Amino acid sequence: MPIKGTDVAKKLPQRKGCKDCGFPTCFAFAMKLASGGATVDKCPYLSEEIRAELEDALAPPIKLVTVGSGEGALKIGNEEVIYRHEKTFAHAPGIAVLISDKEDEGGVEDKIAKMKELQFERVGLTLRADLFALKFQSGEKAKYEALVKKVCDAGDAGIILISEDLGALFAARDICAGRNPLLYPITKDNLEQAIPLIKQSPTPVGVKAESVEALIPLTSRLKEEGIEELVLDPGSGNFLEVLRDQTLIRRAALKQNFRPLGYPTIVFPCFLAGDGLEEILTASMCVIKFAGIIVLSDLKKDSLLPLLVQRLNIYTDPRMPLAIEQGVYEVGQPKDEAPVLVTSNWSLTYFLVSSATEESKVHAFVCVKDTEGLGVVTGWGAGKFSGDSVGAFIKKSGIEERVKHRKLVIPGKVARIKGELEEALPGWEIVVGPREAGELPGFLPALARSLTGG
Amino acid sequence: MEWTAPVEAHAGKVRELTIGYEEKVSKVGGESILPLHFFDEGFSPNPPRFALEVWDTEPEGWAEWVLEPFGDAVRDPVEWGRKCVDFGADLVCLKLVSSDPAGKDASPDEAASLTRRVVEAIAVPLIVYGSGDEKKDAQVLPRVAEVCQGLNLLLGPLVKENHEEIGRAALLHGHSLIAQSPLDINLMKELNVGLCKFAPPERIVIDPLSSPLGYGMEYTFTIMERTKQAGVISKDAMTQMPIIADLGTECWKTKEARASKEQGLAWEGITALSLLLAGANILVLRHPETLRALKELIS
Ligand code: SF4
Repeated sequence: MPIKGTDVAKKLPQRKGCKDCGFPTCFAFAMKLASGGATVDKCPYLSEEIRAELEDALAPPIKLVTVGSGEGALKIGNEEVIYRHEKTFAHAPGIAVLISDKEDEGGVEDKIAKMKELQFERVGLTLRADLFALKFQSGEKAKYEALVKKVCDAGDAGIILISEDLGALFAARDICAGRNPLLYPITKDNLEQAIPLIKQSPTPVGVKAESVEALIPLTSRLKEEGIEELVLDPGSGNFLEVLRDQTLIRRAALKQNFRPLGYPTIVFPCFLAGDGLEEILTASMCVIKFAGIIVLSDLKKDSLLPLLVQRLNIYTDPRMPLAIEQGVYEVGQPKDEAPVLVTSNWSLTYFLVSSATEESKVHAFVCVKDTEGLGVVTGWGAGKFSGDSVGAFIKKSGIEERVKHRKLVIPGKVARIKGELEEALPGWEIVVGPREAGELPGFLPALARSLTGG
Repeated sequence: MEWTAPVEAHAGKVRELTIGYEEKVSKVGGESILPLHFFDEGFSPNPPRFALEVWDTEPEGWAEWVLEPFGDAVRDPVEWGRKCVDFGADLVCLKLVSSDPAGKDASPDEAASLTRRVVEAIAVPLIVYGSGDEKKDAQVLPRVAEVCQGLNLLLGPLVKENHEEIGRAALLHGHSLIAQSPLDINLMKELNVGLCKFAPPERIVIDPLSSPLGYGMEYTFTIMERTKQAGVISKDAMTQMPIIADLGTECWKTKEARASKEQGLAWEGITALSLLLAGANILVLRHPETLRALKELIS
């Protein structure tokens, strides 16, 4: 954290019995400020100077930047840690697709369509790409503007405007300023020329330099002008340089509290990598290593899904327990003749079983027995998935009231509990299922048919 | 504004371990930096090593795009192993699937003589994984160790229940050990403490279990990242062993990897690269194209 509560308190007016900020004392207010739970403007008795100083000191070490607007707004930055085991990463990187105004009509339409169509449902969330990166390459401004208009009309995805030609860049910005596009690249060569143009209609700015260090004078200068919605590109030339530069920027912001590098970043795997697989792998490194926006050359179903799943995995809460609660879980909408499976409460086992059941297109009950988070085989070894204990669990689980049949599928890897379980569950037939969850789609449909008598 | 790049140096170092014999050797670990952090101060004498897996029996139900690169060789582990070497594998990982008592239940002698044939025929060092049945592995792996005396295999998995039986036999015959624990850093350390009562720590590789992308990869990622940091930054002796990520088998079981070739390669590749960035020193893959892309990227 940038500044301590006690240091904030020293700057406050210390008016006795005032409470105008809503806190009993200046000290209490200071503590709240330092933990991010209040804003400086709640105290009306600060000089302009102190207030600015405090606001700066209390700002998060990596600025939160918004690209896009409305439904399509993407927030990046405001990260507090380097490694995910320290605390959940805050804002997942935006995935962008590059479109050049030199691409033919069909190619452009195709990418626009894929942005809409490639949405994936997973664990109750919709996974999708976030932004279009539109590159001026044709030399014809009219062509570029037409592309920008077309993409704007197609939906609310965020927009990145890419043009070395400032005229084209700001003309395009004027077309879609309301969409809060990211302007890229602002460099040492066009900075002074660009500043007044940016100020006319402020939107976020992508700052590019040939190294991490070379970004510093640029961001410092922009900040002087009050332009602080910045996204950094240190010009990394290959996979290992991206890893290096992203790490140095993250460390500079968090460990050195170095403001000029305290912004989210953008990386272009589309310009770095060889073939499609290498591009998607480079992008996956950027997901782990701190990128704010990742620009791909195309959206392909078979490589986008893995990348989005990885982003989801990396940005989940690292304290998620490895065990899920004991109980009866429904896959689909099982009725009283649906198959009943039993497995352990290691969440990975449960994911595998439930996703394979789903894939079988069979509605089923999955009874999850508490094994203290162990898999079935290890759980059996530890006496937590024995025939007796599974039997006792099934009895009290309430499943007997929910199905009219008495067939229970056990994992093939613990076939050995069959006998004991039959004794513990009189009236039930114990069916030994496949050894791997992945084989359930070849097993469940037939069982389901036999239960419905079909 | 003045800025000094935040380059870091750490006090700890991962132990270096050698697999293989005579001119067929591969060294792993030995680094004092975090994965691929070549910009920090410290050293990293050995790059991450990539292994391709070979089964001791013809696999059933594999997607055609996984079988295709190997052709008929999947019927013969020796030929399969040679192909892996042609594809650029640093190591071959032989999986003794058929010794599984719930499957073909092949005898320890069969497993051992097959292993011997493979290790002698291929030009790179060999990793050997038993079936994972802790009782059967305790019969099979000591026999493998004996028959492959002096060939310095990397052998496992050793788990809490069988680590003594397998560990002592493996060391006696000059091999190194894979210590496997279920996604838990404390259990990992406990097992290493147990092993270190009779095994030199520089003969141990850690396997914290590798879950594939979408099915718990983040747990493996974080366990590996914490293990590496405990070893390199905090100098915790019980986490300073090289790490193995045996991920190919698990990745290709997922329905996503089986849906199409491109998706399968990305599934395996992203899992592998994530675990490499977390700290894995050895990555066991199934598909040669994943191996090629990963090697290309980090070189
Ligand atoms: S309003 Fe300002 S002066 Fe009054 S108690 Fe709050 S912080 Fe102190």
